[in-house]
Amino acid sequence: MRYAYEEFPYETPPPLRGAAEGRKPAVIVGAGPVGLALAIDLATRGVPTVVLDDNNVVSVGSRAICWAKRTLEIFDRLGVGERMVAKGVTWKIGRTRHRDREVFQFDLLPEDGHKAPAFINLQQYHVEQYLVERCRDFPALIDLRFRNRVTAVERFGAHAAATVETPDGAYRIEADWLLACDGAGSPIRRMMGLDFAGELFEERFLIADIEMKADFPPERWFWFEPPFHNGQSALLHKQPDDIWRIDLQLGWDADPDVEKRPENVIPRIRKIVGDRPFEIDWVSVYTFQCRRLERFVHGRVVFVGDSAHIVSPFGARGGNGGIQDVDNLGWKLAAVLAGEAGPALIESYDAERRHGADENILNSARATKFMTPAEGAERRYRDAVLALAGHAPFARRMVNSGRLSLPCAYPPSPFIGPDDPALPVASAPGRPCPDAPVEGGWLLERLRNGFTVLGLGAEPPEVPGAARLRLEPGPHLRARYLGEAPSAIYLIRPDQHVAARWREAGAEAVAAALRAAKGA
Amino acid sequence: MAKLIREPNLPDQDGFYAELLVAHRGLSEAESHALDARLVLILANHVGDREALREALALAREAGADG
Repeated sequence: MRYAYEEFPYETPPPLRGAAEGRKPAVIVGAGPVGLALAIDLATRGVPTVVLDDNNVVSVGSRAICWAKRTLEIFDRLGVGERMVAKGVTWKIGRTRHRDREVFQFDLLPEDGHKAPAFINLQQYHVEQYLVERCRDFPALIDLRFRNRVTAVERFGAHAAATVETPDGAYRIEADWLLACDGAGSPIRRMMGLDFAGELFEERFLIADIEMKADFPPERWFWFEPPFHNGQSALLHKQPDDIWRIDLQLGWDADPDVEKRPENVIPRIRKIVGDRPFEIDWVSVYTFQCRRLERFVHGRVVFVGDSAHIVSPFGARGGNGGIQDVDNLGWKLAAVLAGEAGPALIESYDAERRHGADENILNSARATKFMTPAEGAERRYRDAVLALAGHAPFARRMVNSGRLSLPCAYPPSPFIGPDDPALPVASAPGRPCPDAPVEGGWLLERLRNGFTVLGLGAEPPEVPGAARLRLEPGPHLRARYLGEAPSAIYLIRPDQHVAARWREAGAEAVAAALRAAKGA
Repeated sequence: MAKLIREPNLPDQDGFYAELLVAHRGLSEAESHALDARLVLILANHVGDREALREALALAREAGADG
């Protein structure tokens, strides 16, 4: 079923209706998944935002389709996770084939006791639509302005300003914080003349959405040198509404405009899907790039998502990485705007998310290199791994068709700790809290109100500025948070990452860790 | 009794793979093959088990026979 694009209404912005507006706490540029999620995150913390977007429809084409478990947990905190999981295609099995035989299979969620599935596939247009609808639950806090294009940015010591073009003319808007969520081609990044350094891989991929009735299972299928696509690689992924994603490696010499023509696309797809009837819904040709800004925070302008870092797509680390940026930034901005923390806390966004971006770039660059080896040693080792994979289990694990998005553990810093290493590694400070079933629901559903002091089998000390939660550990909580310890105290950040933990702790120790986590 | 480990035994295998490719960077085809030959001899000495090495040689031959 083809997606019916709905145009969002344009309204004359207040300054062009003669209503002067003062400086805003936060202005978000870009109404993609990252900008919209950030507006919702800030709204849940009581922070009003204006969201500016040059367009007035959701993403054209499916674009980002794979949403990872951690992203779904964040979406759940934002109030849209259950709707996305209900609509999306849940999957966890990936099969990688070389020529005509399977060489590697992975299961992304081998353990039970998590609310969110390992992955869903859901077209970016559905994700954006659900996020826009969720924004509309906060009419007093989120001001969505479509067909509002930023044409200039000014930076000052403690604020920033943007010039905005609309169908009714231009206006200027000031903000304490200007949040550039304006995508891979970020106009703001260009206006500020910032270097977007990294690596371009000399390879082109054709990406197509087709509409087709087929009973293939909901799995990720990847082929190296498939019999149907001469010496190249291919990927097949199921999306809702009988839409299928197909990626085909074309080689560097391919002409994107020629390859996108139906007479060239259709025969290629025909070789994969056989004689099933199908229709082409969307086609694009892209190259792989891994780049990031040297810094994400430039005074009062903060880059979030693809504007700050881009990765090649195999591994689903682009969209998911962007949503994790939002998760990290939202509570910090809210704390700084409320005067509970100084601007140093925003610097910790820069450090923590650069670490996350580097991990995503490292993994996706390695996968890209495996898929598109240079002649010589790269090609020899790639082919050796594929040849051995049919004969020895160790080589199967070396087959790299993309290492799928996992949240990073934030590295040691003054904002994180202390740790008690006797407790399980899975929930060490810096890591996102592993979910677990608790009475009446899930652990992560109970960690949504700012900082939480969690007492597992112990009374959590009372600390100003943090909620208290006592739980009696069941087997999942015990395995993920206690190990052999009879009880423990965890300080959990508003982004559900562990800030600090102890087997025993008094109010003073917890309060000190809370101050450190806020950079106070 | 098989002596050769065929199950995954290398921590961070992607990291090792990347280091292996870096070691070959900038070498000519002949230099690259020569590096590999030296590497095989170094690793064989480290393994130090004739039976495991015999099995490794057989596995390498066998996996190359698929065409």
